[in-house]
Amino acid sequence: MRMPQAFKRLLHPVVMILLGLVGLYLVTLVYATGETLLAGVMLLTLACFIWIYTSPKTYAYRYLFPGIGAALIFVVFPMLYTVRIGFTNYSSKNLLTFPRATQYLLEETYRAEGPTYNSTLHAEGNHWRLRLEDAEGGAAFATEPLILGPDKPMTLRAEPLTTPLPGDPMPLQEVISHQAFLKGLTVAMPDGGQVRMTGLREFAPSRVQYTHNKDGSLTNNQDQGLLRPNFKTGFYEAAGGETVDPGFQVDIGWKHYLDVFTDKGLREPFWRIFIWTLVFSTLTVVFCTALGMVLAVLVNWDSLRFRSVYRLLLFLPYAIPGFISILVFKGLFNNNMGEINLILGALFGVKPTWFSDPFLAKAMILIVNTWLGFPYMMVICMGLIKAIPQDLYEASAVAGAGPITNFFQITLPLIIKPLTPLLISSFAFNFNNFVLISLLTGGLPDFLNTATPAGTTDILVSYTYRMAFQDSGQQFGLGAAISTLVFLMVALISIIQIRATRIAQDDKR
Amino acid sequence: MAIVIEKSQRWRVFAAHAFLIVLCALVIFPLLMIISISLRPGNFATGSLIPETISLEHWRFALGIPSMGPDGQMIKPDLPVLLWLWNSVKVATLSAAVALLLSTSAAYAFARMKFAGKKAALVGLMLMQMFPTILALIAIHSIFSRLGHTFPLVGIDSPWALVLAYSGGISLHIWTIKGYYETIPAEIEEAATVDGATPWQAFWRVLLPMALPILMVIFLLAFIGAVNEYPVASVLLRSQDKLTLAAGMKQFLYAQKYLWGDFAAASILSGLPITFVFILAQRWMISGLTSGANKG
Repeated sequence: MRMPQAFKRLLHPVVMILLGLVGLYLVTLVYATGETLLAGVMLLTLACFIWIYTSPKTYAYRYLFPGIGAALIFVVFPMLYTVRIGFTNYSSKNLLTFPRATQYLLEETYRAEGPTYNSTLHAEGNHWRLRLEDAEGGAAFATEPLILGPDKPMTLRAEPLTTPLPGDPMPLQEVISHQAFLKGLTVAMPDGGQVRMTGLREFAPSRVQYTHNKDGSLTNNQDQGLLRPNFKTGFYEAAGGETVDPGFQVDIGWKHYLDVFTDKGLREPFWRIFIWTLVFSTLTVVFCTALGMVLAVLVNWDSLRFRSVYRLLLFLPYAIPGFISILVFKGLFNNNMGEINLILGALFGVKPTWFSDPFLAKAMILIVNTWLGFPYMMVICMGLIKAIPQDLYEASAVAGAGPITNFFQITLPLIIKPLTPLLISSFAFNFNNFVLISLLTGGLPDFLNTATPAGTTDILVSYTYRMAFQDSGQQFGLGAAISTLVFLMVALISIIQIRATRIAQDDKR
Repeated sequence: MAIVIEKSQRWRVFAAHAFLIVLCALVIFPLLMIISISLRPGNFATGSLIPETISLEHWRFALGIPSMGPDGQMIKPDLPVLLWLWNSVKVATLSAAVALLLSTSAAYAFARMKFAGKKAALVGLMLMQMFPTILALIAIHSIFSRLGHTFPLVGIDSPWALVLAYSGGISLHIWTIKGYYETIPAEIEEAATVDGATPWQAFWRVLLPMALPILMVIFLLAFIGAVNEYPVASVLLRSQDKLTLAAGMKQFLYAQKYLWGDFAAASILSGLPITFVFILAQRWMISGLTSGANKG
């Protein structure tokens, strides 16, 4: 460290000022696109950053800021934002923000009155000339020479053509490659009209469709009609109430929530999916725990040989990446070609339709999830069983009790209390076990007559995923509203879990 | 202890073995089946567990080696498994490094410093990880697609968007590392401070080297977490050549295009290293945590 003292003292403030300026520039860029909320979050982050790394009072926070900041921005903020989206009509029809939707409409053009011209390009040295021929009248015009170059809008003047242009017209393929440039051309005709490219070989008068008025409305230049933005529906609307695409994002209050509880096409699938979500997570926890606990007792049994081999093999499903083992089962259970049906067919002559029958699909999901989940429970129970004092079993052996009595009278009562918080967290995990449902069945088979596609094996989170990202028109707003409801349910489960943990810990003391 | 060995004991041992063997068979069956399927010719072939004819076509597909099509033309596999694996490794390495960087420093403040709001922040972190990311998926998609309008580098289809989205999920890591730091006596750092070290130097030069075992464990756990993550990746990555393994593998099993054999080879190819790393991390987790406890 041989830096001059003055330089060293100046370095920190200079770097902070530079970082601050760069940050402000980025915030401005985002703000300019109309994303006020994102720009606000970025500005707040930047302000905290500058404050924490310049004030001597905030020394401890300098270590916290990156980690806590990331957690707040990428975990907490998206969750709050989801709640926010639940109150808007954000969907594929109302995708853009209001400024962007307005901008989109202002860039629209329409075909105006006037003659159409067939267009060709002819080389003239290094330059090209655009030849326009009236499609009906036959009169020909040509522009001044131009260079096919950058995609820059420009206006050219056309003159009546007296002598034919030399050279063959440019082949269509080349015209296509220069399309972007040609689209930006405006040609002023001798009669005072202006024409633009309307087809690969066609120029015609075209005008900007809308003019922005001072009061925020748009005038349609074609029919002089007036479009006003309707901030209730999120569309520009004509006087008669006809809407114009694209829509924009507006607040619609509690509408999605009301729909979930009153609209028949939504309410019915929602409740059926909710009940299946509960059944699915409860049965998964019961099956995994029962199997895991029995196995833990067995592999802890001193009289048994090869216990470490069993332990390693039984641990495998936990170690294999979930997205691979779930897909492996998807293939093995395949109705026609799956190996499981081949074996069942050979042994019993049956061929269950695992993917098209709702009940069998649910059974398959539970089988696969038990396979995936029991090793974790086994490992947990093994640890808990080791903590049980051995003299309890000696005493019961003296009393002549068998292994079944031991299990139900000693082992189970002693491990169930410390196990309860883990059972609840396992329940919460499976309540949102999106990966399993999405990769195994995708929610299929579907219910009939629902507002958005909903499946008999869908759980709440996979239902919202399908709503937002799959086949039903990207209903982000509705999906976010249902996600918010799931938030509340998870919060409730968490409260129960915290209670149970506290009870388990009090018990230990 | 003296246990009277009854005659029934032998039967119990036998029954236990039988039960365990059946379960182990159920666990291993899908795995053996997949190996067998990856070696069978064709995507619709059926047969016994040990294939009669061995064909390497699926392995060629998985490794991206062009093969001779039925019409005599060379066909390049259209699902780039190795590229997806590379994407996964890239995203996972970056996000594990970021997770490590963010969580070690935050855990240091929690373990060694006094500041306002410490307890609330710790509880907040605990609560945060109870809510799964999947619930905020719509917002995450919206945020990154809108940010991408201005900065394509962190937009849809960018690995950096994924790294950023994963960087928030560090609350559990902070708790684990904090617990480990607390097993290391603070006197060593205090001695360094007496010798003139700044808190940053005490952290970076003294504490971190001692915490190396837990850092390795956290790195591996974050790495595996990112490799296995499916929901966010499937929403933020759209184009074929940007996908991670987790987001891409389901394309093998579409009803219209069912590549069962190719899937088998690809899943062994990609699943084996990940499984290996996971078991390694589990081993280190146990040994790393206990060695830390001994020091305290």
